[in-house]
Amino acid sequence: MRDESFTFDIVITGAGPAGIAAACAAAESGQHVALLDATPWLGGQVWRAEQLHPSEPNAQKWLAKLYGTRVTVMDQTNVIAFPKEKVLLAEHPSGPREIHWSKLILATGARELFLPFPGWTLPGVVGPAGLHVMAKHGWPVAGKQIVVAGTGPLLLVASAGIKKYGAEFLMIAEQAPRDKVTPFFRHVMRQPACAAKIPEIKQMLSSVSHRCGVWPVRADGQDRVERVTLTDGTQNWTLACDMLACSFHLVPNVELAMALGCELDAGFVQVDQRLQTSIPDVFCAGEPTGIGGSDCALVDGQVAGYCASDQVSKADACMEERASWQRFRHDMAATFTLRDEIKHLATDDTLLCRCEDVSLGRVRQHGSWRSAKLETRCGMGACQGRICGAASHVLFDQGMESVRPPLMPARVGALANAAVTD
Amino acid sequence: MNDSVELLVNGLPVSVPTGATVATAVAVAGVSRFRKSVFGQPRSPVCGMGVCMECRVTINGKMQSRSCQTICEPGMEVCTDA
Repeated sequence: MRDESFTFDIVITGAGPAGIAAACAAAESGQHVALLDATPWLGGQVWRAEQLHPSEPNAQKWLAKLYGTRVTVMDQTNVIAFPKEKVLLAEHPSGPREIHWSKLILATGARELFLPFPGWTLPGVVGPAGLHVMAKHGWPVAGKQIVVAGTGPLLLVASAGIKKYGAEFLMIAEQAPRDKVTPFFRHVMRQPACAAKIPEIKQMLSSVSHRCGVWPVRADGQDRVERVTLTDGTQNWTLACDMLACSFHLVPNVELAMALGCELDAGFVQVDQRLQTSIPDVFCAGEPTGIGGSDCALVDGQVAGYCASDQVSKADACMEERASWQRFRHDMAATFTLRDEIKHLATDDTLLCRCEDVSLGRVRQHGSWRSAKLETRCGMGACQGRICGAASHVLFDQGMESVRPPLMPARVGALANAAVTD
Repeated sequence: MNDSVELLVNGLPVSVPTGATVATAVAVAGVSRFRKSVFGQPRSPVCGMGVCMECRVTINGKMQSRSCQTICEPGMEVCTDA
């Protein structure tokens, strides 16, 4: 493997809406900007596969804008460590890359929150957003009977997207009560930015049963999910199905921020008005600062991109819009709070750590996440606590407290090169 | 550019649309078990975005490769943890 060294004025990690907007904004200054992404694709999760199959006008507009800049786009570039100040080490198929920066913008997005319940590890139990992305890349869903459950706007947005690939939905079960969900969506429908999605969601709901105040109890099947049991607290339903798409909203990807030592606030990256974190010259935009969706991320990205490139007056012009999205972030968080039953679906036998097969019962015996981790290996497997740690925060109010390099699985060669670098 | 890509999943030929991920190829091959967990449970992709690590298979001899993050190439040899 060759190792390569690069230097940029502004480096952005994550090529989703926030990262793309930040790159475009920063590039207006004429400085050297690099946009990194771990995947072979641009667009993050929400705009996945837009280069292959254009479908979102906003995504197409911003991708076109990006292509018109002189931003250096590095895909398949996975940040694994911050070996020195203002240097990051990334893995790329061709070899490790050492990237020097003056300003860094973290635009690492969010991931779905998965919580344990009996049967959650069966093949065919997926995240709704995950299944949407998988379907975009060809995963067969046509004619499949799918139950959707969990919480958040994702359930409806992802389902509407998956339906286009021919899936049949048996039920969409939202755990939040209808008297919270209905006002939220009514309010959302009034935002012009959200208007584009509404017709396809409404059309889907005309033929799919959408229940509120309903949550999953268990998934059953031999080697894959074959049926799902749901409840409203009074009665149960068991539905035979091919897949269960279930997640409980989103959690921010704060691992890079943690590795840099950025202060967190209630699990999100703490930022000031200029989207600067507690670490000088490190900015953060989009979901890691608060779950708000792609249009919110676009505004954040522009603010961070302008601020990181000293174009502060352009950033100020976006502030009013940002304030309005802050209110949306709060509304969404308040609507989709988890009911207590969701935290008690798993039994002692249910696995909490999927990578190391550690049951909830074994973890529960310990007083702290750290002790549980050291004794059971919960959180020490391949996902490094991303799945079980996030679940643990919900179940026990404690989970991943720190991250260690390599931040993602890396080849020994990449790390060896880092050690040798002066 | 061709519309489809031919590759092998557990030795069996599979055809997928250009741009499809290796995870898709495994599913199209009818394989529902991507990997075996520590205690032998069957597992398959969950998050679709490279975080959960359940989609790991062997691609062209390289083990622990995340199939949901890998685009299919002609002639690829994919092996699941059977």
